Amino acid sequence: MSTVNTPMAEETAAPRANTLRSFNFSGRFWVSLVLVVFVIVLGLAGLVYPTGPGEKVGSLYDAPGGGLPLGTDNFGHDVLAVLMAGTRTSLIIGLVAGVVATTIGVTVGLLAGYVGGWFEELLMGVTNVVLAIPAIVVLILISMSLPNSTIWSLALVIGITSWPWTARAVRAQASSVATREHIDVARLSGARLPGILLKDVLPYILSYTVMAFVLQVSGAILAEAALSMLGLGPSGADSLGSQLHWSLAFQAVASGAWWAFLPPTIVLTLVSFGFLLLQASLDEVFNPRLRRGKRKQMKQAAARRAAEARQLLERNDEASDETGAADEASDETGAADEASDEAGPAPDHSERSRAGEPS
Amino acid sequence: MKLGRYIAQKTVWYLVALVAAVSLNFLLPRLVPGNPVDVIVSNLSRGGSVTSEQQKQVYESYVQEFGLDQSLGQQFLTYLAKVFTGDLGTSFAYYPAAVNDLVGQALPWSIAVQLPAILIGWILGNVIGAIAAFRGGNWDRSVFTTSLFLSAMPYYCLSILLLYVLAVVAGVFPVGGAYSLGLSPEFSVAFLWDALSYYWLPFLSLVVVFIGGQAVGMRSMAIYELGGDYVSYARAMGIRDNKITQYIFRNAMLPQITGLALAIGTLVGGALITELVFSYPGVGTLLFNAIAANDYPVIQAVTLIITVAVLLANFAVEIAYGIIDPRIRAAKSGEK
Repeated sequence: MSTVNTPMAEETAAPRANTLRSFNFSGRFWVSLVLVVFVIVLGLAGLVYPTGPGEKVGSLYDAPGGGLPLGTDNFGHDVLAVLMAGTRTSLIIGLVAGVVATTIGVTVGLLAGYVGGWFEELLMGVTNVVLAIPAIVVLILISMSLPNSTIWSLALVIGITSWPWTARAVRAQASSVATREHIDVARLSGARLPGILLKDVLPYILSYTVMAFVLQVSGAILAEAALSMLGLGPSGADSLGSQLHWSLAFQAVASGAWWAFLPPTIVLTLVSFGFLLLQASLDEVFNPRLRRGKRKQMKQAAARRAAEARQLLERNDEASDETGAADEASDETGAADEASDEAGPAPDHSERSRAGEPS
Repeated sequence: MKLGRYIAQKTVWYLVALVAAVSLNFLLPRLVPGNPVDVIVSNLSRGGSVTSEQQKQVYESYVQEFGLDQSLGQQFLTYLAKVFTGDLGTSFAYYPAAVNDLVGQALPWSIAVQLPAILIGWILGNVIGAIAAFRGGNWDRSVFTTSLFLSAMPYYCLSILLLYVLAVVAGVFPVGGAYSLGLSPEFSVAFLWDALSYYWLPFLSLVVVFIGGQAVGMRSMAIYELGGDYVSYARAMGIRDNKITQYIFRNAMLPQITGLALAIGTLVGGALITELVFSYPGVGTLLFNAIAANDYPVIQAVTLIITVAVLLANFAVEIAYGIIDPRIRAAKSGEK
């Protein structure tokens, strides 16, 4: 057998060695990143924007122009300034609520999935009950009961009501990880429960946790907007929802004052779409089965490799009669193809796509 | 007998959820520091729209109705008894109107918009998602991105855009409301025809978003099924593509049925605010006005009705799932 063949075969697979490519960031990922960064920049820009959101700079619904790029709202405030402040408030609420919800959800899910038994039944029973009650109802009831809601209390309340679906999905994955052998090793070596959960179970579902967090953030921003539009928003703070609330209350749509209601509508849509797209493209990075666009490239690569293998075969035929080595090489490329199709985690996908429903 | 056990189990869980929801509905508004009635009545008097005579009446009727001088447990029992006999109390803002009447006027409008939106959106969304998965390529990519965009769009954002573009700018549909001024709700051809022109916008804004969400879910389920071992096996056996497509569709449909259960809750919440945008006289607008007026009995009634409706819908979907799912059916015949 000639040893020349092995390095040749590796060379044909060289393009895969690029780290960035192996992550497989699609066009979708970059689009979503641009959207999310745009919204964050918009929120931060309010910190350096000269006009404050509470400053009265005009009268009811002044049209854009004359130093006011987006005109004024019903209070005579600068719409752009209010939009920036509102975006910042919404992002803060989204992040805080996202952290709270993901922390509770992952903790409950990990404990239930790992410990199992009656404990799991109990936790999942509670989770399913909370999941069955529409979150908006609980949000309305709690916000109504809070005498003075600030953005922090609102974020906390949203976080507390939106964890169940994360818990359910994490449990499904954690219970499959819990049966693996390395868990037994950790247990035998005397690791305690928190250590096992954090070091041996969590890393396996980290990709999932990140995606869940992204969805929780956008879900919380939308929940805040919904509450604010119903008139239960944070008092004394502008948010995207409260901006819409006032523009609806003062008939901005019917009177054609598009600058008052379109900006928050568009930013809310961008937030929601950007985060969902980010989650979907992360899903594609982690789950190769969803990578449809790459199939063509894979086929091309396979064809190229087959052609090279054939050349190799011919060259080998000329050099000697050792055709077995070339066969082996083409087998190897075939196996690599298969591996690239099947590789990667294929966890319970139905659970995953269910979790894709924003609360 | 597995199906029977499945149904019994689901029934128990939904009953627990119902009890939890009713308790939350009762408890949370009572967590307000001080007597809720004091807060409400002082708010009422601040507005100045209510005379002191009315105020006193409201106060006394509320204290008596809910037995606020009794213990919390006793109050809960009173509340339960009232709710289960179908008495939702008396409104503060429209005293002495019964909450039942207010809700009774609003509910038909909400149901008329939401029920068809859920059914049509679910069917269309699944068909579109399945086609996208089977076709693949550019078709798939454009359908997926569009559906993702639509499903990501909050219901009310699409409502606002539709209202502005189609009603205000283009003038195709009337701006807000549910029927023309001067008409009153009745079952006549003229009224229904008039109401239909107001119906399209709220219906469209709900159904379009819902189609998007269902299509995204169905697409990824169908792609997942396409990679299944049984598909490769069927292909190797030389079974025709049409037949395989049938298998895939049936298997991908199953999780979509539970998806429907989850989506109903979201849709109902989104529909509340869609109604606000169009000033549609449904439950959402009722809730909005009640929140603005601190009309606790109406708020509690609306949240209770939404919860019960969502729980019932989810329960029906889960039972249907149990009947349809061949695994549960197979287990049933296997045990016999």
